[in-house]
Amino acid sequence: MKILVCISNVPDTTTKISFTNDNTTFNSAGVQFVINPFDEWYALVRALELKEAQGGNVTILHVGDASSEATIRKGLAIGADDAVRIDGEPNDAFAVAEQIAAYAKDKGFDLILAGKETINYNGSMVGAMVAELMGLPFVSLATKLDIANGVATVEHDIDGGTEVLECALPLVLSANKGMAEARIPNMRGIMAARTKPLIQLAATGADKLTSITSYELAKGRTECKYVDASSPEKLIELLHTEAKAI
Amino acid sequence: MSVLIYTEISKGKVKKSSLEAVNYGSRMAAQLNTTATAVVVGDADVSDLGKAGAKKVLRLKNDKLVNLDGQYLTSAIEQAAKAEGASIIIFSHDFTGKEVAPRLAAKLKAGIVAGAVGNPVISGNSFTVKKNVFSGKAIATYSIHSDKKIISLLPNSFPVELGDGTAEVVDFAVNLDGVNSSIKIKEVKKDTSELNLTDAELVVSAGRGMKGPENWGMIEELAKELGAATACSRPVADMDWRPHHEHVGQTGIAIRPNLYIAIGISGAIQHLAGVNGSKTIVVINSDKEAPFFKSADYGIVGDAFEIVPKLIEAVKKFKANQ
Ligand SMILES: Cc1cc2nc3c(=O)[nH]c(=O)nc-3n(C[C@H](O)[C@H](O)[C@H](O)COP(=O)(O)OP(=O)(O)OC[C@H]3O[C@@H](n4cnc5c(N)ncnc54)[C@H](O)[C@@H]3O)c2cc1C
Repeated sequence: MKILVCISNVPDTTTKISFTNDNTTFNSAGVQFVINPFDEWYALVRALELKEAQGGNVTILHVGDASSEATIRKGLAIGADDAVRIDGEPNDAFAVAEQIAAYAKDKGFDLILAGKETINYNGSMVGAMVAELMGLPFVSLATKLDIANGVATVEHDIDGGTEVLECALPLVLSANKGMAEARIPNMRGIMAARTKPLIQLAATGADKLTSITSYELAKGRTECKYVDASSPEKLIELLHTEAKAI
Repeated sequence: MSVLIYTEISKGKVKKSSLEAVNYGSRMAAQLNTTATAVVVGDADVSDLGKAGAKKVLRLKNDKLVNLDGQYLTSAIEQAAKAEGASIIIFSHDFTGKEVAPRLAAKLKAGIVAGAVGNPVISGNSFTVKKNVFSGKAIATYSIHSDKKIISLLPNSFPVELGDGTAEVVDFAVNLDGVNSSIKIKEVKKDTSELNLTDAELVVSAGRGMKGPENWGMIEELAKELGAATACSRPVADMDWRPHHEHVGQTGIAIRPNLYIAIGISGAIQHLAGVNGSKTIVVINSDKEAPFFKSADYGIVGDAFEIVPKLIEAVKKFKANQ
């Protein structure tokens, strides 16, 4: 089975966010970048489990510049067999999806996995776009994935519940919590990652349909108003009269 | 050149998130001197779509659409957009929105902003719209460059406004002969709770401070008295104290209710990422140094096991006096 896992390079979840250049650029100074958690914990680890059980090959694909290499090596250390970096600017979902689809279209992947969304731009778009560009079915927010005889059985989140479905491969899906447990790379994995193939490809001319013109920080809250533990009914009163929340 | 809005039915009624999207699309249509057309699958009563501002409703007709399969829906909405001459298509950024909006965007080569939180600013050829980024820690202004545009609206960004408008409802036959989805649905497990967490106006959420699943009775009771949905922190879902669809935060779902009551939750940055869009936040925690108090509007420092039962009584009394 040939599996492609698309990985994104994102600021660590604890990062304090700030902007430069008159609030037009994310300030990456001093920021620790990691593999997007949904891509790593769920998509990549499940891909590796499937490969370990059934044989095959797991390739990780990243669209981005050379500064992402540590992130890609981490994916190899966790266990991916090889990696591809397409040297493009990952700043528009459609442009990224075009790069991925252009690379994947003649490679015969059985499964293409993405994370549910990136934790920096929270778009939840690339997987569905790749599926459309490749004419493949797409399942969003998958929480379980099994493969038998060329057919995937997927459980995924739907409005107010979950749904179990079957789909013949090839298939694109976005991975949500539940698909697998995070793996910490061991020393052997880290050593092996240094010599695993990491191919660099030039970006093909992709179409950028959107761009970010400026950023602002989300508004913080004003002071917390404390209610004494002995009189919680006061809270209900404030929620009604002041916050107008009930 | 109308604005097209994809809407959905749940439990026999138009979904709240769909009404928000219709409000949003009809405001945009007014700005562009055109009208809003909603599309819907199913035969339920859709008079609310007219009240929300749609001038026309197209009922998409094709047997293949019953399961709202992404490939079929994409083609169906594309056909409706073409018939209506719509170059702007609105979705709610909900489950179907996440599956279909980007798919349709790729098909139409339409620039898309997924999870918009504000009305667009349109002037001449410039079209910008804001959306949350960095898991709610910041807001970015996106510019869409293409002629065709798709926006999915983050649920609960605007209150629903219903007027006394009516929409002309017409059947729209869709041709799906050339599309064949290989997805077969085997089983649907709906959670039985009445309230859907993403749609909920009020949410009562609890964390590891509750010590164990056996103590959730009072959380559920408080939620029930308030008419709130229940949520939880990640470790609580990881330990199977609560179902995983209740997990909110960076790696769970993001919600933005009117009121979020956090009980025995420390307020880790990854948790806040999923709830900091809530209008009012109440924190109940025995540790006065808990970081969550810094992001709260109201706080009670104390033992949840003593406070929650008193709150339940207080809510009952409050309701009795209303
Ligand atoms: C990459 C990443 C992603 C993550 N994503 C998420 C996410 O999406 N959502 C999420 O929630 N977490 C997430 N986490 C985990 C997060 O960092 C915290 O560990 C988690 O939110 C803590 O859950 P908690 O507040 O329930 O538990 P704790 O941190 O253990 O806090 C329990 C709280 O209960 C209080 N308490 C104890 N007893 C009582 C009592 N009797 N009465 C009142 N209060 C009491 C304590 O003072 C404490 O503040 C993520 C972590 C990482 C690294």
